Amino acid sequence: MKILTGNDLKTGAVVWWDGVSWSLHVEDAIDAGDQAETILAREQATRRVNAAYAIDATREEGGVRPAHIKERIRALGPTVRADLTLKPADPEAGNWVI
Amino acid sequence: MYKYDTYDQQLVDTRVEEFRDQVRRRLEGHITEDQFKPLRLMNGLYLQLHAYMLRVAVPYGTLNSAQMRMLGHIADKYDRGYGHFTTRQNIQYNWIKLEQAPDILADLASVEMHAIQTSGNCIRNTTSDQYAGAAADEVVDPRPYAELIRQWSTFHPEFSFLPRKFKMAVIASDTDRAAMRLHDIGIKIVRNDASDLGAAFYVGGGMGRTPMIAPCINPFVPLDRFITYAEACLRVYNRHGRRDNKYKARIKILVHELGKEEYTRQVEAEFAHLLTQGVEPPLAELERIKAQFTEPPFEVGISDEVDRSDPDFALWLETNCLAHRQPGYVAVTISLKPVGGIPGDASADQMRLMADLARDYSFDELRVTHAQNVVLPHVKKADLYALWQALDAAGLGTANLDRIGDIIACPGLDYCSLANARSIPVAQKISERLSPRSDEIGELKLKISGCINACGHHHAGHIGILGVDRKGVENYQLLLGGNEGADTSLGTITGPGFDEDGIVDAVDRATGVYLANKQGAERFLDTYRRIGMAPFKEAIYG
Ligand code: SF4
Repeated sequence: MKILTGNDLKTGAVVWWDGVSWSLHVEDAIDAGDQAETILAREQATRRVNAAYAIDATREEGGVRPAHIKERIRALGPTVRADLTLKPADPEAGNWVI
Repeated sequence: MYKYDTYDQQLVDTRVEEFRDQVRRRLEGHITEDQFKPLRLMNGLYLQLHAYMLRVAVPYGTLNSAQMRMLGHIADKYDRGYGHFTTRQNIQYNWIKLEQAPDILADLASVEMHAIQTSGNCIRNTTSDQYAGAAADEVVDPRPYAELIRQWSTFHPEFSFLPRKFKMAVIASDTDRAAMRLHDIGIKIVRNDASDLGAAFYVGGGMGRTPMIAPCINPFVPLDRFITYAEACLRVYNRHGRRDNKYKARIKILVHELGKEEYTRQVEAEFAHLLTQGVEPPLAELERIKAQFTEPPFEVGISDEVDRSDPDFALWLETNCLAHRQPGYVAVTISLKPVGGIPGDASADQMRLMADLARDYSFDELRVTHAQNVVLPHVKKADLYALWQALDAAGLGTANLDRIGDIIACPGLDYCSLANARSIPVAQKISERLSPRSDEIGELKLKISGCINACGHHHAGHIGILGVDRKGVENYQLLLGGNEGADTSLGTITGPGFDEDGIVDAVDRATGVYLANKQGAERFLDTYRRIGMAPFKEAIYG
């Protein structure tokens, strides 16, 4: 699947296109299919998101998983600071990245 | 320490308000990201993996305690309670909000700091010896010259759009503690036979994709014309540097392609021309700057003795303290490399503590080192035990300067959008595995970069590690034999790369080869240079 990601213009937070808006959680990402470029152009023009782009991902049991490690680190947070990730209480969360 | 005059302050304050307006226009949609990006980069604001990242300049690595306290305040108020000290003697914050960036710059300006010259194709923040003004072996304090370069280069209209970024370092000792020959221009202040001071110019060094050691193009430029000489070096580069290919755009490629002789010939011709143009700042300005780098009011006739009865303290004293030129004092390196920690990171509380300790024990001064540590340059020996206790209680008392645990590591794929692989977890694992043998291994400089840009100086590590992307999987190349300093050398790749655990094992084996072959007081690097790559390869791959 093709999912869309970028950074919130004001806060810089990593966000994912959920079909209506931009979510902080990659599991909300939807398959943008052949609409990716249209959505990206429209959303960047509204200034809700910055530097947005499309990436490959798969839908798995645990949710949406970006194909590349870089995007998985963006989705969760730095692997070396579990306390700063989106799942600070989950000691296993880092395994999902690798 | 240099103190802003009204001109400096006005320049920085004006810049803050200009950026505030630019941010407002971006948020209101009056300018696009394409238009805004170069403006935010000129103010040190990048967009990184998780958020905006702000890189704050620490000119030639020197801070006072109010400035360090402000860095802690920014970490708490605008970021997530910490910052990362970099190999360019700067500090980066990883979780910045665009809407707050102008307020941060205003807070910085209130303590004479800014984020100018930390990005873009301009002359970047000049680096220097972290022991400047304290080292016994310097011919003069190099910082007034670095400050003059700062003033000359800030917003220099001719050099704001160079072919690529441009990094300068200034030292004044035979021992090079600033990797001077791995800069676009390295300047070494020297004294000639007539006892006059001059600047030796080394041009065309650098790391990155094509590492090169800068050749000396002029061993003695009188100090009343060294800015003019630097300007000539820049002019020739600005004229001929490649703008068509980012990977060939640094001055090192130009010097290499023209050849040292031809490049030097052109610089000398330009220099002769510029001497007729009066571009050198007035000597009075240099004197005004010098007057602000006066020696602290050291106590004289004090004891040189230190009670070493606490063995942990004695080890730290041996490892992290450097002889000072003033009897009764030392320069202290505060390690930001606790065993298994994140190299170069410091919490807001640690920053405030370091600020307080600088105020109480080091005449209000601190330095950031290119090895991602912090120095208190002027500490009375009688105060060392109390200082160490305070540091140790805050996790800042690790005794590992230039040891296997004192690893330089760039942010890598945990934070950096250009990265191929993570650097920090590799550093942590090596530190945990080998720190227990730190004393046995002795001096060993290990440096890790998460991509070929080499921010982690891997080419110059006795052991270097480079993260690469092998079909979407992190892979690590091992290099041996690099060094910075008077005998600068570039590391050689051992062979095929490793996964994360494999690279830790490989480093472990390399240190084993050293220990098995070491003669006398040889360091890892000395043994490698004597026995060559073969035994290491055999142990690592065999
Ligand atoms: S070396 Fe590469 S990964 Fe590391 S900080 Fe520099 S650009 Fe980023």
